[in-house]
Formats: sequence, structure tokens, C-alpha cells
Amino acid sequence: MSEYVVELKNITKRFPGVVALKNMSIGIRPGEIHGLIGENGAGKSTLIKVLTGVHTPEEGDIFVDGQKVVFKNPVQSREAGIACVYQELNIVKQLPVTDNVFMGRAVKKGLLLDYPRMHKEAEEALKTLGHPEIDVRKECGKLGVGQQQMVEIAKAVSLDAKLIIMDEPTSSLGKDEIAQLMETVRGLKAKGVAILFVSHKLEELFELCDRVTVMRDGEHIVTKDICDMTEDSLITAMVGRTLDNLYPKEFGTKGDVWLEARNLNEAGVLHDVSFKAYAGQITGFAGLVGAGRTETMRAIFGADKLDSGEIYVKGEKVTIKTPKDAIKKKIAFLTEDRKGQGLVLSLDVRTNLILANMKGFSNGPFLDKARIEESGQENVRALKIKTPSLDEVTAQLSGGNQQKVVIGKWVNIDADIFIFDEPTRGIDVGAKIEVYRVMNDMVKAGKCVIMVSSELPEILAMSDHVVVMRGGRVMADMERDSAHFNSEDIMKAAWGGELD
Amino acid sequence: MKKNSKVKELLEKLGTVVALLILIAVFCIAMPDKFPRIANIMNILKQASINCLIASGMLCALITAGIDLSVGSNCVLCTCTIGVLVQNFGITNPVLLAVCGLAVSTFAGFINGTLLTRLDLPHPFVSTMGMKNVLLGVALVITGSKSIGFTGKGVDSLMWVGGSSILKGFFGLSPKFPGIPVSFILVIVVFIIFDIFLKKTALGRQIYCCGGNPEAARLSGIPSKNVLTFVYALSGFMAGMAGVVSVGRLASANANAGTTYDNDAIAACIVGGASFTGGKGTIWGTLIGAMIMAVIRNGLNLAGASNDIQYIVIGAVIILAVTIDVTRNKMEAKARKMAAQ
Repeated sequence: MSEYVVELKNITKRFPGVVALKNMSIGIRPGEIHGLIGENGAGKSTLIKVLTGVHTPEEGDIFVDGQKVVFKNPVQSREAGIACVYQELNIVKQLPVTDNVFMGRAVKKGLLLDYPRMHKEAEEALKTLGHPEIDVRKECGKLGVGQQQMVEIAKAVSLDAKLIIMDEPTSSLGKDEIAQLMETVRGLKAKGVAILFVSHKLEELFELCDRVTVMRDGEHIVTKDICDMTEDSLITAMVGRTLDNLYPKEFGTKGDVWLEARNLNEAGVLHDVSFKAYAGQITGFAGLVGAGRTETMRAIFGADKLDSGEIYVKGEKVTIKTPKDAIKKKIAFLTEDRKGQGLVLSLDVRTNLILANMKGFSNGPFLDKARIEESGQENVRALKIKTPSLDEVTAQLSGGNQQKVVIGKWVNIDADIFIFDEPTRGIDVGAKIEVYRVMNDMVKAGKCVIMVSSELPEILAMSDHVVVMRGGRVMADMERDSAHFNSEDIMKAAWGGELD
Repeated sequence: MKKNSKVKELLEKLGTVVALLILIAVFCIAMPDKFPRIANIMNILKQASINCLIASGMLCALITAGIDLSVGSNCVLCTCTIGVLVQNFGITNPVLLAVCGLAVSTFAGFINGTLLTRLDLPHPFVSTMGMKNVLLGVALVITGSKSIGFTGKGVDSLMWVGGSSILKGFFGLSPKFPGIPVSFILVIVVFIIFDIFLKKTALGRQIYCCGGNPEAARLSGIPSKNVLTFVYALSGFMAGMAGVVSVGRLASANANAGTTYDNDAIAACIVGGASFTGGKGTIWGTLIGAMIMAVIRNGLNLAGASNDIQYIVIGAVIILAVTIDVTRNKMEAKARKMAAQ
């Protein structure tokens, strides 16, 4: 008998251009709550997907109860006793609880569904979880988020899962619901079920877990009993890495405040967000995923509606209701999701480059072909966009080059304020450096750059000034020369700790 | 890579042309004495005109990943409006009649667009399907469910657009040369304008942008809602133009004449390379698609196939076209994946 109920040994998983998991090993003991922690992009999601059979690793082995197994698809993983409760709940809200619990494996009696039996089993599963009050005949959409999550967990329980993976289970729950969830998780542990608990919240890990594993850059950093760790040692394990020549930081001359937000509020999303961004500087926005950074930028850009708050551009109060208004004020917004929100993938490079300024490239109703060609060639040269021609469909370009096309689109509106939301996500190192150089050129030309990033090293290296957000609030605002401008303090602010 | 994509594009375009040629060849071989005659070819062009005009508007809706199911009823409503103006009000000025018909249809299209964008209806399928019934009902009401004839009512100059041909006996071909249908010349003029509009104007390109990625378009400052409203108004306008043509083509206003128009227009666009997922399609592809539909109908008619058989064949062609569309998308996605690796 193995020490572990589920064990990954020396797993390597590659994606085009990225190694998502490098020689990663982790073992989970029966009946333990095992915390998994790491920065955004450390490889946690990939690890979960390897465990659930969504991804098949190139190298390494998976053992369940000491037996070597190969998961080619999610069904095989489920049959081996591994269940996962995803951050985004996989629930059909229009269907009753029972149907969701038995999704994909309905119990039949002859030709018909055996509802009495399914109802009973669903009720039992919920009772095991300490939630007998949930009516299994009720539509899931009518339950609260916490109860919906219980339905997901009930699904796992009714499968007799040996290991239940919980991916950020508390991210959308309120305080009471979190407390209930923790009770349920402890109950499961008492029944001998192993839990892999992925969370961004340190205090939860300390409260709940027996052991914890830290990941960074797809690699295993440390696995220890939680009582041997402190908050500081966890954070150091997560962020500790060196800054090579990855970040070619150059400085501009700090000018006036070009963008100022005062008390931005959006119900449930943003709370009194205020900050200033200066010409000739990169203002970094640090924080965890879901801290409200993207939402702040979308609201400033007119993509989402604000409930209240004031925005000043170059000292002048402005009303921005739509992205069109923002563009008129010379604000550019490079979205974090370039494929979904930045590019029209089915169209060519040429069209994408003029997407935000078709009027400026037209004479009357007609597009000015010569000017578009000239400007397109200039964009390709200046931004080093690698494309066979301006006619190439943008879907065919690599991620880095797609990103440069989006940057080109905003350069072409002659913007003064550039908001970059995760500008280097998912692009290779070479392209990253080129994106940084573009930002350098912008600040040297006196433009105002805002960079939202979840990669701390990037924030530290490139920003002149950092705003840290958490839970829709600005937690800290620090200059590059301040004593707090270091990874530990920024992480503390982002994770809700107290600054000394 | 560029060469590759160009070749692929050419093949994709040629694909439909080849299909058209094969169809023509088959009918030529099957009915050598009836099908390949000049008179019949001109007849096909005449028969294709209404579908071509409707399909041009439908194409724009499809490019935005939408659909306009009200075009058939809208076309008929235009013809019926003109019929009522002639019969009940004695108006015979062709320009006035055409303008009134076009105004009614454009307005109906504008309502379609407004419902979709301002009421945030889930999909144009819903709003235009509702409108299809409403417009048909209105056409029946204003005509009293009766057919109105145009012959001998003093509107010959309006009927000239849909019913006549020019250059009869020209080119020294033979005195029997039946002439080129005016309606098809109208189609060519309209399609050239559409080609320039879709390729070379800002608004035309914005239609593709809204279809390819509405969120990216919105975040780039393109007023997606206005663009969409315009597209449906344009689709209504084109349906109206088809209605004006049918005044001369059918010589009567009959509220029940447009039952197959929606399907034929959608089929023409899809066969011609447009996609239900939006962002794709060209006006010349649509022309070829419409010609394929017209050749099939004409050939089957000449072969003496009854109405029921025609329905079955046309239905099969539509399903085939959608299958081709889906397969094409899958293949493209695959090619994209391969390119990414």
C-alpha cells in the first residue's frame, strides 16, 4: 500500500512555446487536506487538468493507490475516484439539484430514469455534507452560490471520490458560506476523503490544511506541514526569483497627472477606487486575479458602467460613457483577452490596425487605401510585427505578434494614455521584451502608461509607481523609491496583510 | 504562407464556380435542346434577380452573425404597397411608387434592427421571425388578401424594371437575341456598389468587424448598435428593391408570393461562402450562390419536375450548403491549430 492516495511523479507538460509543468511531483495522503498555492501562472490549473484527465502529460507518471494509471480523458479520471469542483461551477441552473448531481451518469430503471432512487442518493450525499436542508427537487438557479457549490461537492461525494480537488472554492462565497464550506471540508476529511485545496487566501490555508505545496513557474518548490510554515515563508517561496535581463527598464521624465480617478464605485466590484497616473511614467497595478484592476480600467474606458465616481484627464473632468468617448479623449485600452476583446481574428492585419480609427483613415465614406498601407507598414516596422503581409489573417499570427497588432491599433489613434491590461500574458520572452521596449518608448515620449499585471517581477521591474488592489479597493500606492517597493510588501498588500 | 492562403482563397471561391459549371454541364447534357439556349440563359438571369437583390441584404446580416427572416414578407409587402397605391389611389408616377415601396421596406428593416439592438432581443432570429409574420399580415390586410394585377394600369414604366429586356436583337447575334433583362443589369449595378461598400468604406469594414468580434469592435470605439441597425435597414431596403422588381416580373401583387424567398436568399449566401458564425462572405460569392439556386430551379422546371420534387432538391441543397459551411469552419479551425503549433 502506497503512502499516497494519488501521486504525481516528475510530470512535464508542454504547450506551444511554454513548459507549463516542469518535473512536477506531488503526493496526497488519504484523509488529508493538502493546500496548493502559487502565483498566477505558476501551473496550478495545468496540474489540476492533468489530475482530471483534461491534459495528458508528455512525461511522468500518475499513481492512484500505488497503481500506475494513464488518464486519456476526464471520464477515466472520474472512474479512478478523482473529482474536481471548479472555480466556475459546472451547474445547469435550469435543472433540479438531482439532475445536476447525476449529470452524465443518470440511473435508469428499464428505459426510464429512476428518479426516486436518484433523489434519495442525492439527499444522502447532501446529508453527508451537512446540508440536508437543500431540496433536491429545486432548480439549482434558485439556490445561493454556496448551496450551488454544495451541489457540486455532492456530485463528487456521490461518485465516492477518493480525492476531491477544490479550485479556489471560496472566491465567490460570503463569510458565512466560507465557514460552512470549511465545516463540510473537515467533515469529508473525517470520512477519509483526501482534499486538494487550491486557494489564494493564506489565512484559509492556515486554518484548514494539514500540508501545503508551493509551486512556481511550473515547478515544485516545497511541500511541508503547514505548522512548519509562516505567511512570510510561504510568500517568499512563491515569489522568490531573480530578475535577469528580462526587463529593460528605462525612465522618462515625470510630468503632470494625466489620468486621475476619484472614488470610483461599481456595486459589488469597485469601492472608492482613487489613483493618479502621470505623464512620462508607467503606473503599475498589482493584485491578485479578481482584485478589481481590470474592472477599474474597463470602467475608466467606458466599457462598463460606473455607479459613481469622477475621472479627470489632464486635469479636466470628463464623462466617459462608451469606449468611443474614451478614444476621443485619447485613451487606449489594451484588453487582457486579446483574442476575445482585442482583435477580430477572422480579419487581416491591415483592418485590425485601423479598427479603432476608421474615421481617421477615411476620406468621406471611403477608406484611404494608400494611407492605410503606409501606416500599416510603419506599424509593422516600428513594432517589429512578424507577418508575411498586411493581408495575413490575424488568427494565423503568434500570440506575441497578435499583441503587437493590438498595440499598433492603439498607436494609430495617437493616444496619450495607454492602459495595458496583462500586456505580456501568454507571449514568449522575446516578444515580452519587445512589448517592454514599446512601453519604454512611450514614457520617453511623454505618454502616460498604466500597466495592469499579475506578474510581480514585471510590476517591480517596469513600474515607476505601483497601485495595489484587493477586493475592489486600493490597498496601497507606492513610489519606486519607497521602502515598501518590494515583492514581499506588495504581496502582503495584495493578500490583505498589514504593512509594517 | 501568403501564397498558401491566396491559393486556398482562390480554391474556395472557385469551388462554388466549379459547382455552378458542373450543374450547367449536367443540365446541358441532359437537355441539350432546351437548356443551353440564349433565351433560357437570359430567363435564368431574370429569374435570379429577385433572389440576388434579397440575398445582398441578407449577406450583410449574415456577416454580422445575424439573420433576417423577414425579407420574403418584406419584399411582398413592398409590392403590395405599390399595388394598393396604384389600385386604390390611382398613383402612376413610377418614381413615387418605387420610393413609397422602398420606404416601407426600409422602415420595416429599421424596426428589425431597433428591436435587436435597443431591446436587446437575444438574436435577430427572434425579432425578424416575428416581423416576418407581422409584415405578411400587413400585406394581407392592405390588399384584402386579394391579388392585384399591374397590367394595363398605366404603370408600364415601373414594370419595365422587372419585366423588360434591353439590347434585343443586338450584337448581330441574331434578330432573335432576347435581350438582357433590365432586372439583371440592376443586380450587377447593385452588386458593384455592394462590392465597393463592403470592401472600401469604413462602414462596410465595420460590418465585418461587428460580425467577427462584436466585443473587440465595441472596445475599439465602433458603435456596434448603430452598425447593426443600419445592416437590418439595408436588408429591408434590398428586400424592397426586390419588391419593386417583382412588380414587373410577376405583373401582380400577391401577399403569398414570397414564401420561398427567405430560404433562397440564405441558401444563396451560404452556398456563396458566407457563414452563420459571421465575419465572412463576399458579394460575388453570393451572386454565384444565387445563380446556382436559379439554375437548379430552371433546370428542374425544364425537365418537367413538379413543384414537390423542386422543394426536395432545393431543401437538400440548403442542407448540403450548411454542411459545407460547418466542414469548412472545422477545417479552418484545424488549420489554425496546426499553424499555432
